[in-house]
Amino acid sequence: MNTKTKKLINFTGKRKIAMIFSAILMIASIGSLIVNGLNLGVDFTGGTVIEVGYKEAADVDKIRESLTAANFDASVQHFGTAKDVLIRIAPHEGEDRAKIGDAVFAILKSTNADVELRRVEFVGPQIGDELRDDGGTAMLLALAGILIYVTLRFEFRFSVGAIVALIHDVVITVGIFSITRIEFDLTILAAILAIIGYSLNDTIVVFDRVRENFLKLRKATAEESINTSINQTLSRTIVTSLTTLLVLTALFYFGGKIIHGFSLAMIIGVIVGTYSSIFVASSSLLMMGITREALLPPEKEADDQEELPDMP
Amino acid sequence: MNRYPMWKYIIIIVVMLGGLILALPNIYPSQPAVQVTSSSPDFPLDASVLQQIKDTLTENGIAVEDTQSIDNSKALIRFDSPDTQLAAADAIKTSLGSKYNTALNLAPATPNWLRSLKPMNLGLDLRGGVHFLMEVDMKSAIDKSLTRHSEEFRTFLREKKISYLGVKRVADDLIIQFKTAELRDQARREIRGEYRNEIDFEDEETAKGAALKATLTQNNINNTKRFALQQNITTLRKRVNELGVSEPIIQQQGLERIVVQLPGVQDPSVAKEILGTTATLEFRLVDEGNDPYSAQASGRIPVGDKLFVERNGNPILLKSRVMLTGDYITDASSGFDQRDQRPSVTIVLDGKGAKLFAKSTGANVQKLMGVVFIEHKTVVTKQDDGTFTKNTKVSREVINVARIQEQLSKRFQITGLDTPQEAYNLALLLRAGALAAPVYIVEERTIGPSLGADNISAGFKSVIIGFVLVLIFMAFYYRVFGLVANLALTLNLVLIVAALSMLQATLTLPGIAGIVLTVGMAVDANVLIYERIKEELRNGLTPQAAIQSGYEKAFSTIADANITTLIAAIVLYGMGTGPIKGFAITLAIGIVSSMFTAIMGTRSVINLIYGGKKRLKKLHI
Repeated sequence: MNTKTKKLINFTGKRKIAMIFSAILMIASIGSLIVNGLNLGVDFTGGTVIEVGYKEAADVDKIRESLTAANFDASVQHFGTAKDVLIRIAPHEGEDRAKIGDAVFAILKSTNADVELRRVEFVGPQIGDELRDDGGTAMLLALAGILIYVTLRFEFRFSVGAIVALIHDVVITVGIFSITRIEFDLTILAAILAIIGYSLNDTIVVFDRVRENFLKLRKATAEESINTSINQTLSRTIVTSLTTLLVLTALFYFGGKIIHGFSLAMIIGVIVGTYSSIFVASSSLLMMGITREALLPPEKEADDQEELPDMP
Repeated sequence: MNRYPMWKYIIIIVVMLGGLILALPNIYPSQPAVQVTSSSPDFPLDASVLQQIKDTLTENGIAVEDTQSIDNSKALIRFDSPDTQLAAADAIKTSLGSKYNTALNLAPATPNWLRSLKPMNLGLDLRGGVHFLMEVDMKSAIDKSLTRHSEEFRTFLREKKISYLGVKRVADDLIIQFKTAELRDQARREIRGEYRNEIDFEDEETAKGAALKATLTQNNINNTKRFALQQNITTLRKRVNELGVSEPIIQQQGLERIVVQLPGVQDPSVAKEILGTTATLEFRLVDEGNDPYSAQASGRIPVGDKLFVERNGNPILLKSRVMLTGDYITDASSGFDQRDQRPSVTIVLDGKGAKLFAKSTGANVQKLMGVVFIEHKTVVTKQDDGTFTKNTKVSREVINVARIQEQLSKRFQITGLDTPQEAYNLALLLRAGALAAPVYIVEERTIGPSLGADNISAGFKSVIIGFVLVLIFMAFYYRVFGLVANLALTLNLVLIVAALSMLQATLTLPGIAGIVLTVGMAVDANVLIYERIKEELRNGLTPQAAIQSGYEKAFSTIADANITTLIAAIVLYGMGTGPIKGFAITLAIGIVSSMFTAIMGTRSVINLIYGGKKRLKKLHI
């Protein structure tokens, strides 16, 4: 039971492989975002979503027909179970667009009285536009706040390292949503912002140890110090990710359909975030040429002062 | 030695007890109730009214569980089943009439001694209801202000006997045209003092001669907007109260928007109809000397007349001059005409309106008068360049034509409505008053009651399952220390619920997600501490010293990690949209309370268990 006998895993030594792996993921994500974009939900695009429940399995084709007959450009699909149906109507012009949901439900009710209105969401196009802007602003604000805090508590290169890890996590998570075409709605934006908090939490814990070891392990190189720090915090990183993943899995399976996307985004984010706090954040410190001295308390101004005896 | 001073234990116990009591109201289920509120301060809901309600219910053979009066303005009557609740609501409504509003409600079944404390507010996604985001058409508010000012200028100049050629609107300015520069200068001197800080006047030379350009000051525009928003909120509140919704939320959001949340409303279309239209009335004399059909066919409208359409589609010619507008209406109620039992609306005017109306009807007894119902709807269209334009569509309809039998004044009746429901709706719209500017819906979220129930049970289930999984994991992985962390985690959950209840924050589904996430992350602090203690033990420290050093060294890491997450939560909150806000609040509360429970809470228990043992050899960690 001693640190010296406990074997260190050489994480920093594998940083080249990790970097290639991360680069591939990032390029795939960005590529997909450019080519496919995101399957944005009604929160961002505007439009109407209606969720209805039937007593028996619903005939999606029939519903689609009745809506097409009424001149609605609707996408109709099952939602979760065969009894639940989700209808999407693209953003509309005209005076009565806030009433589209009511009109659609009235049509469904006239074809089958056994239908129950479960949810209507109507978002005007200007709201969608604003939300997109606000979401972007929030993301930038969060990043700026974090950058300032980490710079104050550590050093500038640490805050760049934290941000690099953050961008890495967010881009890959959003990229997975782009590749899988899972709908990106408001709750997923919330999840992304929560991932920022979580990924950061993870990175800061490692950085905290790096700072401590830089000051403590005088003879070690920067690389050795960082590797020791990652190893020392490894069990904590894994245990915390595990407990968080436990509750997220519970949320994913039992939390209901509306929270599905949220928990999925969080699960992806936590996994990517755990990986990045081990491999990406600290490697980027090394790449920026971090040294022990960077974190030492500033030298006293004049040399002669240091030669003064400590005791009066 | 690992000992805590007494005061720390006292703080922990006080917080724990306080948290438990504040969280307690949440464990009681809700029960069907009818909420009665008075519609105006003139009708207090005092003991006599409460007695009347009780008597009515006894007469109808409805069993009451409990009655409760709040501030003499609200009463809550609880029942044992939704069926009795419905029957009771009808009985109360019939008995009390329109002086009081009756609404179905769900009241928590908390015992009397706990009634002063409230459980968490459930968001619409958890209990069902309608959420609207409405935007006030500010352009129309400004338009109205300009129209009013141009009338005022005319009157003012006439009174001052300054002759002018006309007042017309150009873009957002008013141009007052004069024949000569002298007249303009005279007018400017007089009018400037009258509108200091409200309107800027500038000289302008036009083809017709000298003119004054009147521009509303920014201050004036801001005031107009603020007033339009405020008036809309007041009107919406009044209308919502009359819809019979319990605990509605009507709030300003930003400078031009209003959030309306109607819990329990299942049919959004009815709510929309009442909220989305603005209506007013105009009373005009009928031109009995000309034929409206030929005027409609030829398009030649006689001078001084306007062509309208009746409800049945027939054209009718009314005088351009308005006898009275709806602005003077102070009250309107529906009922039945005493003579022929047809649906009618009784209208009450304010003093000024009564005087005006007495004068104009007095001079026109035995003539026909038409009642024009004017509805404003706002239409938004997206332009090619991505901007939005708003147009207010006005529909005018003559709903009633009647011969003026006598001079009308403060109180009078209009008939000619087809159904009692129509009379009721008209009275509702009139009573709510004319809006300064129309509002339109830019966002709607309706959650049906079944989905709300599904969401709450799913949310609850996932919290419990996630929570139990974490408890099991911690107990196995950290043994005694894990059990201590579990105690802290449980207290943490209680504190989050207590804080949400105390702040009366609204718990939404994303909020539940926030709680679940906090449960996962709250153990992080303990994991950090325990891993550090393990490490210190490996480094050869004695158990007592390892506990001391583990807590100490982990603290700065925990603080750093939590503060950064808190920054993210605050930014999320600042972004301001409903569901995300709910998530951010629970996350932020969770971070703060977990710092307390995971550090101070666990330390106190660890100290109690191990602190006194001098020869401690081994830690169960």
